[in-house]
Amino acid sequence: MTDKRELLDLLLENARYSTEDLARMTDLSEAEVVSTVETLEDEGIIRGYQAVVDWHRVKEEHIRAEVELNVTLDRETSYEDIAERLAKFPEVKTLQLVSGDYDFHLEVEGDSLQEVSNFISEKVARAPEITQTVTHYVMETYKDRGIEFEDDHGDDRLSISP
Amino acid sequence: MNLSDRVERVPPSGIRKFFELAEEMDDVISLGVGEPDFSAPWAARDAAIQSLERGQTSYTANRGMRELREAISDHVAERYALEYDADDEILVTTGVSEGVDVAMRALVDPGDTVAVPQPSYISYAPGVIFADGDPLPVPTREADEFKLTYERLEASGAADADVLIACYPNNPTGAVMTESELEPVAEFAREHDLTVISDEIYADLTYGHDHTSIATLPGMRERTIVFNGFSKAYAMTGLRLGYALAPPEAIAAMNRIHQYSMLSAPTTAQHAAIEALESCDDEVEEMVQTYDRRRNLVLSRFEEMGMDCFEAKGAFYVFPEVPGGDAETFAEELLQEQGVAVVPGDVFGSGGEGHLRVSYATGTEDLKEAMDRIEAFL
Repeated sequence: MTDKRELLDLLLENARYSTEDLARMTDLSEAEVVSTVETLEDEGIIRGYQAVVDWHRVKEEHIRAEVELNVTLDRETSYEDIAERLAKFPEVKTLQLVSGDYDFHLEVEGDSLQEVSNFISEKVARAPEITQTVTHYVMETYKDRGIEFEDDHGDDRLSISP
Repeated sequence: MNLSDRVERVPPSGIRKFFELAEEMDDVISLGVGEPDFSAPWAARDAAIQSLERGQTSYTANRGMRELREAISDHVAERYALEYDADDEILVTTGVSEGVDVAMRALVDPGDTVAVPQPSYISYAPGVIFADGDPLPVPTREADEFKLTYERLEASGAADADVLIACYPNNPTGAVMTESELEPVAEFAREHDLTVISDEIYADLTYGHDHTSIATLPGMRERTIVFNGFSKAYAMTGLRLGYALAPPEAIAAMNRIHQYSMLSAPTTAQHAAIEALESCDDEVEEMVQTYDRRRNLVLSRFEEMGMDCFEAKGAFYVFPEVPGGDAETFAEELLQEQGVAVVPGDVFGSGGEGHLRVSYATGTEDLKEAMDRIEAFL
């Protein structure tokens, strides 16, 4: 495995590993870790670092919706053109072109049901090239980006074993 | 009640005391655990569940399900160049523990000597005694990276033994032996006509090199019983499943004891094991990669703390030297003052004194915290 790939793996596991620990876990020096991570960032391979939040545990309303979008293309309008405009909205957290029954898959987040539904009906559905939207409000999240949200059962192994 | 002499000959495990101490305390991070912190791959667990749903809860053939023996035969051939016939050269056991016990009883007559390299897993010497044999300790040393050498075998009188136990990758030291290092051991066994019991349960957990089985060396297949199983690589300790690979007469002898004492290994576990061999290579590889990173982390931290620790390349243990040399006191005080549990090396026999067995089969965050606490303790 290349150094880049190794560090990418470790940062995908936990983006908050310190430089020291990254160096300890690999065969790299701390200076090499710093420069390799910088290269990953400069090349646009690493696009950012974010916390994975269980919003149920935050004492405020938080709404997430998965939205399916169908669009019509014409001579002047490509998928990229539509994507570029949609991506500008801060409410749109994820935007992907997908295969299957619809064209775009969006994740939209907001502070209330009202806010999210207004956004979809006012800002998204009204765009001329968008022919159909199907909105799924997320009711429960069990796992997000590889992290399970269920309560940790703890370590049930014997504390000492041969 | 009158108890047998052979039970009296075996002292209670030295691990017990630390277990009781650790169980009494809160907020203990344990690096004293001899099993993976992962659960078995989901596909294997699911196969077990499905077998239960289908109502497959009866005995299997004494030797284990045919399908499992075939999968084992293919697996060890591909992975370790070990060629064993699913028909009459493989015995599925209730963990390697049962297998080793059965092997002792199949090989050892009263008064026979079994050479037991130490430090090593705590069950070997008691197993010899339960078979009415006499264990002969063969100490290994840190200077040899806890490998077994021709000289050590000779110096300890193993030439007169009947059976030799080998356990590489090793619990508790994490030592491994390469093909060229195993050759002199094989030579010793051939010269002195020793039967070898080779416990290779950690074979999949090696870092930076591939495992070699002593049975693949010239003239060794006919005198070796190889043990492996699903506990460590597939994180299936509680499912209790291992297997023996040996020539037909040895398998038949072991099976004679196994069929009366165990009948057959757990059926549910056998279904899980078939699936594990068929579809869980990626999960195993990922676990091995994680262990290797933690191993690097722990070795680096000990080096930074100034604790001497040879580079263990197998299993999930490192075996650092204790400053001052009194491992038991060190381990006890470390537990009481910092809430970190480790196992003093003395427990694993001669050669283990002055060392600690530190298991890195613990979540990376806990491992980091434990290393911080050990550093604070020093």
